[in-house]
Amino acid sequence: MTFNVYWEDVKEGQKVPTWSRKTDFMHWNRYAAVNDEFVYIHMDDEAGRAALNEQGAFGMGNLRWAYLHNMLRDWAGDEAWVVSMGCQFRAINQKNDVLTCEGTVTKKYEKDGMYLVDLELNVVNQKNDKTAPGMATVALPKRTGAYKLPK
Amino acid sequence: MTSQPQTLVTEEMKKRRDNWSEPRYSPPASLSDIRKWAIAVYWPEKPPRLYWDEEYAKTTRYGGIIAPPDFNPFAWPVEREVMNTNATPQGGGVGTRGMNGGQTEWYHAPIRPGDVLHSTSALVDWNERTTRLGLTLFDTTETRWYNQRNELVKVRHSVGIRY
Repeated sequence: MTFNVYWEDVKEGQKVPTWSRKTDFMHWNRYAAVNDEFVYIHMDDEAGRAALNEQGAFGMGNLRWAYLHNMLRDWAGDEAWVVSMGCQFRAINQKNDVLTCEGTVTKKYEKDGMYLVDLELNVVNQKNDKTAPGMATVALPKRTGAYKLPK
Repeated sequence: MTSQPQTLVTEEMKKRRDNWSEPRYSPPASLSDIRKWAIAVYWPEKPPRLYWDEEYAKTTRYGGIIAPPDFNPFAWPVEREVMNTNATPQGGGVGTRGMNGGQTEWYHAPIRPGDVLHSTSALVDWNERTTRLGLTLFDTTETRWYNQRNELVKVRHSVGIRY
């Protein structure tokens, strides 16, 4: 087993490593193919403009959702568990946006045998627009002592 | 002067509240589906081995490959749902414009290759207030996923915005 981070070592206020992608049709089309999300506003500039986005086609919120999960996973590792995650989609993901997922630990606590951290999240673009504010709770392994994680 | 509605809550919504849908079933989650999903969301970098390397996955607490938490086993159904296109960003007047207000998910168990999921949904809550968009309705739909052992896998709250 490979442990990325132990609960004991996490500090409230710390930032987790960011996770970033510059997205365009190559990313959106691949995601559409696996999620069966073939929607014209994500594929066609005319449709994007008809939906009142001057720049044309735009990325799906679900992909940013996946990116937030990727950040949490890459930080916490395979021996941790995302208990919950939530976000809102406040701004559009335009073609060639550089999307950077950010997370800050806001609280560290034990509950029902699980050793948890709460985080504030966001997906920030290259103009520093905060496009998808959110929160997550992650259950982490412990360096010493028993801890609980879903099976 | 066009009269503004007093409420965007409809009788149809009131009838639907807490009425859980008949379960719909996914096909078995395949190793290939999981691998492709992981590749797509990590593109252009290689995804974590937990999602495609059986030998590595055996060394983890899961004992084998699992799907990413954002994985959708219900994608590509043969029978297509008719999408509700009433509320779109362009809309056609008060109460007909809509957008995605966000979502929250709670994860209870991993999805493993071969798992067959079933899901059920219900409109569970709403609130209405005046925002910068005018009279605005926020509704919450809850969706529950279970696996073939009837273990709860995931609960999702999706918020829709209509104005």
